[in-house]
Amino acid sequence: MKKSVSVGTSEAVVMGRSAMCEALDRIADAIVENHKDDAMMALVGIRTGGIHLARRLVSTMQERFAREVPIGTLDINLYRDDLVGRARQPVLRTTDIPFDVTDRNIVLVDDVLFTGRTIRAAMDGVMDLGRPARIQLAILVDRGHRELPIAADFVGRELVTTEKQMVKVRLQEEGHLTDAVIITS
Amino acid sequence: MPSSSRHKQAIRSTKAPLDSSQEGWIAGKDLLTIKALDARDIELIIDTATAFHEVAGRAMKKVPVLRGKTIANLFIEPSTRTRTSFELAAKRLSADVVNLSGGSSSIMKGESLVDTGRALECMGVDLVVIRHSAAGAAHTLARTLKAGVVNAGDGAHEHPTQALLDLFTIRACGKNVAGLRVVMIGDITRSRVARSNIHLLTKLNANVCVVGPPTMIPPHIEKLGVSVSYDLESALKGAELVMILRVQHEREQRSLFPNVQEYARFYGVTRERLALASPDVLVLHPGPMNRGIEIATEVADGLSSVILDQVANGIAVRMAVLYLLVATRETTKGVGVTR
Amino acid sequence: MAQRYTSDILIQNGRVVRPGMPTMTANVLIQSGTVVGIRRGIKASAKCVVIDAKGKLVCPGFIDLHTHLREPGFEYKETIQTGSAAAVAGGFTTICCMPNTNPVNDNKVVTEFILGKARLAGLARVLPIGAITTRLDGDELAMIGELASAGCVALSDDGYPVSSSLIMRRAMEYAKALGLTIVDHCEDRELSKHGVMHEGLVSTTLGLLGIPSAAEDVMVARDIALAEMTGCRLHLAHVSTAGAVRLVREAKARGVPITAEACPHHFILTDEAVGEFDTQAKVNPPLRAESDVQAIRAGLSDGTIEVIATDHAPHASEEKEQGFDRAPFGITGLETALGLTLSLVEDGVLDLESAVGALTSNPAKAFGLEGGDLREGRTADITIVDPKEEWVVDPSTFRSKGRNTPFAGRKLKGRVVTTIVGGEVVFSTNEKP
Repeated sequence: MKKSVSVGTSEAVVMGRSAMCEALDRIADAIVENHKDDAMMALVGIRTGGIHLARRLVSTMQERFAREVPIGTLDINLYRDDLVGRARQPVLRTTDIPFDVTDRNIVLVDDVLFTGRTIRAAMDGVMDLGRPARIQLAILVDRGHRELPIAADFVGRELVTTEKQMVKVRLQEEGHLTDAVIITS
Repeated sequence: MPSSSRHKQAIRSTKAPLDSSQEGWIAGKDLLTIKALDARDIELIIDTATAFHEVAGRAMKKVPVLRGKTIANLFIEPSTRTRTSFELAAKRLSADVVNLSGGSSSIMKGESLVDTGRALECMGVDLVVIRHSAAGAAHTLARTLKAGVVNAGDGAHEHPTQALLDLFTIRACGKNVAGLRVVMIGDITRSRVARSNIHLLTKLNANVCVVGPPTMIPPHIEKLGVSVSYDLESALKGAELVMILRVQHEREQRSLFPNVQEYARFYGVTRERLALASPDVLVLHPGPMNRGIEIATEVADGLSSVILDQVANGIAVRMAVLYLLVATRETTKGVGVTR
Repeated sequence: MAQRYTSDILIQNGRVVRPGMPTMTANVLIQSGTVVGIRRGIKASAKCVVIDAKGKLVCPGFIDLHTHLREPGFEYKETIQTGSAAAVAGGFTTICCMPNTNPVNDNKVVTEFILGKARLAGLARVLPIGAITTRLDGDELAMIGELASAGCVALSDDGYPVSSSLIMRRAMEYAKALGLTIVDHCEDRELSKHGVMHEGLVSTTLGLLGIPSAAEDVMVARDIALAEMTGCRLHLAHVSTAGAVRLVREAKARGVPITAEACPHHFILTDEAVGEFDTQAKVNPPLRAESDVQAIRAGLSDGTIEVIATDHAPHASEEKEQGFDRAPFGITGLETALGLTLSLVEDGVLDLESAVGALTSNPAKAFGLEGGDLREGRTADITIVDPKEEWVVDPSTFRSKGRNTPFAGRKLKGRVVTTIVGGEVVFSTNEKP
């Protein structure tokens, strides 16, 4: 989601490019460690930020562990619980999961874990496509303030935030000059 | 399935994601005409339909996005096919659907369209899909209702979702509409499919030629940006898209053409005539077809025909329209007086 | 109209506008319902009611040759009472009402009923137009002689025009002997069948069946030929096409005894006014193309069309709220006619005297009526107009029951301030009578 930043707000970089690379490497290590000899493991990135992170994780696993991990992308807009009352419809993109999710060990990948509602929607979305053996969650930044009983299995960084602050992950893949995690308040 | 598979390709949008904060048709509550849409609106609908096309291909074809919403199909003029398509689209979005047809509705007992619409609204209907034999019926309804209205065909005026599904089908076959040489054949005067498609294709800069006997070509049609021909064979030369309209010989068509045989002889699309078109021509027909009259069986079932794809794509396009109009709107609450 | 006791009236310092005469500032004195003096310096006597008309136009009372009063039979649309109230509010001291009521005005009982109701209303003079054929069915002639003796001033099957050329010929021959004008709504109903608006780009875009201009032109040509053959006086109602204007111009040059009227909506609006199925712009003959509007304006300008009439056609709002195909044809016109007519003066199409003539002396001549002028010794039917007042059309303020107008929200310049019929003030913006 795009949220405009109005004049007068302050921005703080809480994670730079190298910190982000380190965090992702740690997540990749942990996933591989957790899924030794698991031929059924697959990553599913949640649009849009999660997709780029999932791609980075997949290439890291390939480079460092020679693991070929299937990857899919998921649009969760059809499963959101907060559509009514929005000024505009979110633009729908195609869900593209080129493997059967049934009996898979799915690792959902997203950039920021906040209320947990996106992950709830993503789990519904995945389960509409079949019956996975297990669903786990990998997240770059966990900023707290959960509204649902959801926890991440693989976390890059935990951040202490207030509810009003916004946490934004900027990625080069999305046209930004460099990678960064920003808090605005 | 005799329908060609060579045209089927993965449908991918090559454009940048649309900025959903922009103003446009989508800020409104209704889809009444293609005329009122701009190219950006059209792209948004087609992109959204692409997402729903993926849903339609799943084993589990249902998504919960319109749970708790109610959609009424008000089909004063009967049309099993279009009604079924809208009904499936709504159900796959998890909306509740009520169907009202001319025979069962109180419209037949003299109730006005507007009163029927208001009654539906009081029962908590969020959107009314209307098919009516009178041009302007959808506008009349939309003016008086707070609920959304989708025009599923009003007289000879417009049938916007048909044109959108035609575009979706053309795109799915990998064709670029800009500059596309389109020939539209039949009773242009009395065809809502023709009007909606003329607006849509000309907005996207296609090169459209309408063909039929002069009795079926309405005055000033060229001012809508199309050319006119009365000679099918010369018009077909090099055509990349052939849209064949249904000959409405069951309606009062006396004096428009001498008889069906003569129509077929001059304006029926046969395999020989289609050979004049471009080798990768697409043939579209909104259905139901009169085989042997406006379209020969070997054309309808031939490799160029995407007629069955049109039917399949109709559901994804209608899902997109319903999603865009209903998903973010407050659910209509049944209105009642409590004292 | 029954004469009743009226006070003397002195209209002071108004600009007296009379067709064919130079406009001058003068006082107008009315005694016992008759104009007794028009000149500068007339002094008010003690018992005189004085109307200050400084900056106002003092005109002969307007005459509308084409009004639908709906009574008897359609009182929910309009009554003779509400229609006459609308007439005087629009400056019309005389209105000629069409016979398409229920029952049809094809016999003297209906004619006498209308005249009786009009007397009760006591506002405008109401002159009935009788039917050409019984029940307007186009088959057999109505009792035209009886209608004339009962008080009908012209004959018309307006709305259901006579298709048979033979019946029309017989009607003209018969009417000629009685000195009655035949008024025809020119429409070939085969060509216009199922049509709901002008056949053109807008009807093509909206998918509505059109009424081609030729549907009018064909019948205008027929009627001219029949009028030329029979010598009957023919009045063409609501001319809407360039072709009709051309045919009338040619016929008049040959000396055929015809007159023609145009309605404000036909010289102001085009078929674009239908917009997206706006039933307020559904009228028959339909609003036509820009070229037709220009031709009608040219026709008014050169005198080919000498009469402006309203074709006041009130309908109930629920009727107009139906779909475009089902809604009835018609526009409520009495209360907007003056403002729209004065826009022709503003646009340089007509000079002020000719515009007033098109509402007064010319309609009187077309039907052979008394009135339509402002002279000493004549009955005091007078309309006083403020030519500078700007106002916005708000149908909810109409005296007519009809609210159906495509001009709602339009700004008009020029408004009737006082209407006098037979020396009696029947409408005034200052005091409600």
